[in-house]
Amino acid sequence: MSALDTAPSSTNGGPVERRLNARQATLRFLGRYGTLLVFASLLLFNVVFTPNFVAWNTLTLNLTQVATVVIVAMGMTLVIATGGIDLSVGSVMAIAGALAPLIFLDRIVPIPSHTLGVALALTLPLLAAALCGWFNGFLITRYRIQPIVATLVLFIAGRGIAQTFTNSELQTFNEPSFQFIGKGFVWGVPVQVILMALVVLATHYLVRRTALGRQILAVGGNEKAARLSGIDAAGVKRLIYVISGVLAGIAGMVVVAINNASDAARVGTLMELDAIAAVAVGGTLLSGGRANVLGTVLGAFVLQLVRTTLLANGVPDAAALVVKAALIIAAVWLQSRAERI
Amino acid sequence: MLLSMKDINKSFSGVSVLRDASLEVAPGEVMALIGQNGAGKSTMIKILTGAYRKDSGSIQFDGTQVDFSAPAGAQAAGIATVYQELNLAPHRTVAENIFLSREPRRWGLLDRRRMRAEASRVLARFKLELDVDRPLEDFSAATRQMVAIARGVTQNARLVIMDEPTSSLDEREVGVLFDTIRTLKADGVSTLFVSHRLSELYAVCDRVTIMRDGRTIGQHPMSEISRVELVRSMLGRELTAFATRAKDEARGSDLPVFLHAEDLHAGTRVRGVSLQVRRGEIAGLAGLLGAGRTETARLIFGADPRDGGRVAVEGRETSYREPVDAIRDGIGLVSEDRKVEGIVPELSVRENMTLAILPKLRVGGVVDRTRERAIVDRFIKALGVKCSSPEQPIRELSGGNQQKVLLARWLCTDPNLLIVDEPTRGIDVGAKAEILKLLRELADDGLSVLMISSELEELMAAADHVTVLSDGQSVAVLAADELSEERLMTEMAHQNEIGSEGARAA
Repeated sequence: MSALDTAPSSTNGGPVERRLNARQATLRFLGRYGTLLVFASLLLFNVVFTPNFVAWNTLTLNLTQVATVVIVAMGMTLVIATGGIDLSVGSVMAIAGALAPLIFLDRIVPIPSHTLGVALALTLPLLAAALCGWFNGFLITRYRIQPIVATLVLFIAGRGIAQTFTNSELQTFNEPSFQFIGKGFVWGVPVQVILMALVVLATHYLVRRTALGRQILAVGGNEKAARLSGIDAAGVKRLIYVISGVLAGIAGMVVVAINNASDAARVGTLMELDAIAAVAVGGTLLSGGRANVLGTVLGAFVLQLVRTTLLANGVPDAAALVVKAALIIAAVWLQSRAERI
Repeated sequence: MLLSMKDINKSFSGVSVLRDASLEVAPGEVMALIGQNGAGKSTMIKILTGAYRKDSGSIQFDGTQVDFSAPAGAQAAGIATVYQELNLAPHRTVAENIFLSREPRRWGLLDRRRMRAEASRVLARFKLELDVDRPLEDFSAATRQMVAIARGVTQNARLVIMDEPTSSLDEREVGVLFDTIRTLKADGVSTLFVSHRLSELYAVCDRVTIMRDGRTIGQHPMSEISRVELVRSMLGRELTAFATRAKDEARGSDLPVFLHAEDLHAGTRVRGVSLQVRRGEIAGLAGLLGAGRTETARLIFGADPRDGGRVAVEGRETSYREPVDAIRDGIGLVSEDRKVEGIVPELSVRENMTLAILPKLRVGGVVDRTRERAIVDRFIKALGVKCSSPEQPIRELSGGNQQKVLLARWLCTDPNLLIVDEPTRGIDVGAKAEILKLLRELADDGLSVLMISSELEELMAAADHVTVLSDGQSVAVLAADELSEERLMTEMAHQNEIGSEGARAA
């Protein structure tokens, strides 16, 4: 710490216990709980003004709509925590979504057993998605390409690949055992919501409790220091992009299952932006070194709720995008102010 | 007086950091400002330059009452600041950096020719000949620092504030800097000089202002205050630290060699370095900036690839490809630049401390929190780390406490060899002594230490023997009884004629 940089601290380099004035305290509070506050007020607004808002259907509808974003945003949170970004998630969704029906529809090779076909349709696309993630990580760590550029490669090419698989045709199907992941219920809860919950819990646990989680934050916070402490920074990054790819793959298959059809041109479009927005609104610094997993979930919920609120009250979807943008700006502004306290 | 700050008070949310502090600088005077971290020097400077606002008190500069609300105002009034951490643009050229935000213009366009010419002219005043069209990042840290200073003095300043300007300069460059300060002085420009290195104060400063606990404790002509008095008034107590070593004990040839490096080569910076560290001793590594000290340490640690030579640990030849390989053999490296290569600022003291031991704390991929907490508590206590809790972000700690956490990061792995690169840089005198004492105790307990330092007194006080590097080669190994400032400087200047002439004029 430079002499000029030394925080106004107590004397002799003792513990820095800073008390904040009212304005700073407010900023810090908003930086920490602002998203929660917005979420709560949106809920309250809807409960009061939106007809039929308090209903099981509304809840499950919103949760099913937000599930895929949350799943992808979990991967994005980890990627951003390492100081990177993954623009390819939407395209990876398209690849996984295009592959799955091709497999159980026997379009690639005839598979004798129906069960085996569905099983392969549920796993091989994830392998492909993992491969995509590995490719991103490979470009980033081996050739030191900036993540935003490296993942742009698959952002562009990935959708093309998916369309090549399907000859740019809409693949419709009727395969209940596969569609279970998008349309099924377990104890009245939609399967994709359960998937979402599992992914969130796993990610939260990963960040908070595991050595890998610590290493992710260290790599994102100071890569040189991490390497000198014996952390395989490149390996950590490659693994994180693989995880992001796999999660995108899961989301892609869920979307296809919901639609009874895979349209490689549309599956996962703009998903990268939704996921990044959820991360930003959720309070994770885009510069890396931090991962606010539950914040991201909340961020995704807020963005979803904004859309619902506006739609339910007769505001067109297009206008919702503007509100979404405003929220992102507000969140990032708050963070940068709270950061400087 | 050119500058007269009187009865300055400042508190942050009720915590008083400046109490009736004062500071005076006469025209053409070189004033030293010293004090421990937290004494209030930085706040004082920030108030002067408009980065903070004072609560009360008066500031008179150049005959008028001033109260700058932003650094730009201070700059316009003739106060230039050269920061320790350079606020320059690494990708832009040298000339562009010198004129950043004050670019000479012609018809609204950049006047590149004039910019280049003036940049070269200014640098010539510093005896620096650089290709001003090359990006700043192509140059060494020291050169970048000189460019920052050049930038500062081209602002037609009446007062130049230098905060730890010498921390990344070698002896020769320090000499050049001092010449610059003297040139400024001859031109009637004053300098406010903040440094932790006492010998520099005596070499270049006219007077010294000492701060402690937010107060101005004293103001003396340099010629009338001894080092001991200076340190004593800065600390408010006697400093007994440097004397704690037991050098006289016969240490050396009977101890087994832990690390043996022979004829190391890497690029242009390391061209034949041999050294050895025995078990339980502190081996010093001396040399001017650019002599290849840090590079040698990184080679041994596996952080950079080596082109040639061999490294043996306990007689076993090694070929580390990554730091993690060296760590497995019980080697740790506390790097020179805490901020860039040491701390992970967003993480807590706890998380920073256990970064290197993480693989051993892992049970099925999950961190064993109980053991982690026990280790952290033990080392916070053992090293006297001052933090409000282990969960406090490390960036909030003072430099000395950050350094203790980084030492603990390695000590908790129970290493065999600890390489410390400038372990006391940018740390106040009290913490400095504590860290040196700690290293000595650890060595007495059997830890091998390879200590890189630019401070000759430090090497003489702590090292059992010193390997001197010059121009990428090891040129001498001096045993404890051969160590003297004279001798070290002579060896450091070996094959490096310019090295000796600009040495500190102390």
